[in-house]
Amino acid sequence: MSDTRTAAPAPTAAPAGGAEPMLAVRGVKTFYGNIMALKGVDVDVHRGEIVTLIGSNGAGKSTLMMTIFGQPRAREGQIVYDGRDITKMPTHEIAHLKIAQSPEGRRIFPRMTVFENLQMGASVDGFGHFDEDLLKVFDLFPRLKERINQRGGTLSGGEQQMLAIGRALMSRPRLLMLDEPSLGLAPLIVKQIFDAIRELNRAEGLTVFLVEQNAFHALKLAHRGYVLVNGLVTMTGAGRELLERPEVRAAYLEGGKH
Amino acid sequence: MDVFIQQLINGLTLGSIYGLIAIGYTMVFGIIGMVNFAHGDVFMVSSFIALICFLLVTTVLGITSIFLALAIVLVVAMFFTSLTNWAIERVAYRPLRGSFRLAPMISAIGMSIFLANFVQVSQGPRNKPVPPMVTDVIVLMDNNGYQVTLAWKQVIIMAVTAVLLMGFWYLVQKTSLGRAQRAVEQDRKMAALLGINVDHTISLTFVIGAALAAVAGVMYLMYYGVAHFADGFVPGVKAFTAAVLGGIGSLPGAVLGGLLIGLIEVFWSAYFSIEYKDVAAFSILAITLIFMPQGLLGRPEVEKV
Repeated sequence: MSDTRTAAPAPTAAPAGGAEPMLAVRGVKTFYGNIMALKGVDVDVHRGEIVTLIGSNGAGKSTLMMTIFGQPRAREGQIVYDGRDITKMPTHEIAHLKIAQSPEGRRIFPRMTVFENLQMGASVDGFGHFDEDLLKVFDLFPRLKERINQRGGTLSGGEQQMLAIGRALMSRPRLLMLDEPSLGLAPLIVKQIFDAIRELNRAEGLTVFLVEQNAFHALKLAHRGYVLVNGLVTMTGAGRELLERPEVRAAYLEGGKH
Repeated sequence: MDVFIQQLINGLTLGSIYGLIAIGYTMVFGIIGMVNFAHGDVFMVSSFIALICFLLVTTVLGITSIFLALAIVLVVAMFFTSLTNWAIERVAYRPLRGSFRLAPMISAIGMSIFLANFVQVSQGPRNKPVPPMVTDVIVLMDNNGYQVTLAWKQVIIMAVTAVLLMGFWYLVQKTSLGRAQRAVEQDRKMAALLGINVDHTISLTFVIGAALAAVAGVMYLMYYGVAHFADGFVPGVKAFTAAVLGGIGSLPGAVLGGLLIGLIEVFWSAYFSIEYKDVAAFSILAITLIFMPQGLLGRPEVEKV
């Protein structure tokens, strides 16, 4: 797109990034009825990277996350994962490629217990590592262990957020997609979650695609970032570099536009 | 007192049958928000499958043990009824998913008419009798000539229902299939995001509902000794009433509602007027819908988000 300005190549990017990205979103257009929510978006996520997508409310961030899963389907453009075109693949098959999402609104199963919600997360992994992964998640979020037999619908917003992330991790994803993981959480817990993401990325090489309104934390954490405005990527570059840009600071960090 | 106990036994027997059918209504409603008007006719079809199978088993195979014959009939009827319902969902409801809300219900009414007419044409419009299968009776009380009896077939109906409901409960609550089923019911999109094949899960719901309706069909045939092409409608609507009374979407509610409707119908017949027993059952439907639309064990519409 004409107004896309690319910052200088990211120096810290992609520890293991090969030539071909793990996830490539190419010219994707998504519609809700007649309204075009994504107007031709290009995003790359390389193996081992943390990539963040920032933007204000209604920019289309969550739409992009869901479009990658085919909910809704992209009307134009292409989504390639691991060299396979997944643009028209059924949603559940995309999940079996080990892409996990903690979606907007958390979408906890309200009448299932915390334990059952985590079991649901493990369904694509075939329960081979269930106990081991459960311990890891409880390690990350001890609160969930206390609530293990409580129904999802009765948890507080923050607890649901932890459960949504834990559920995504239970599938042993190769690509973890997090939609606003900081939403509704106390600052201390946000820090915990971001530390956990960094640690998973460093220790296990987990690739993370992160959508955030909390641009400061997200850009500090990410190797690379994209700025989405009204369904278009307007800026891209290394995370810390975007953090320095006056336009980003004005719009997303210093209480500018919203 | 003796009349009361006798009617209690009869009511629980009938209620078991309604409860088994009601589960099919409530599960389908829970997962795709549709009232499956053809479900009563699926139940009717299952009693014909049972009838044909019973005659084949006893005459062609020459099996004389009635319990073995019943067991075979039960399995065969469950299998073919499930297959029928699977096919119905595939051709009549799945293509309409994503269409407007009433579309699949209208399709279900069409399917209901189709099934009843198909059976009428292929099996004839008259009552089809089977020889009495289980005739033994236990006399519980004898009060100056009024005998309180418990027929063996009533014992069979209640026992088979209880065992199957426990198995069914285990399937839904403890297995990954049941968990997937509940997940799709609660949030279809999220279930897909976690790798659950939503279409398969919905098919599975129709298969399970039909299997339980088939059990009801076999029991109905054994209890009354006849099958008739129009016998899907009234029991079907009563089972639907049971599902509404228990709280549509709630599985324990469907069973509870079934038992209550069976008891209400039987007690009304015994103490008031047998001609108005259907009026009594359907008045319950109206009263529930007006004063307690969420039913006895249903959840209120509003949910914490």
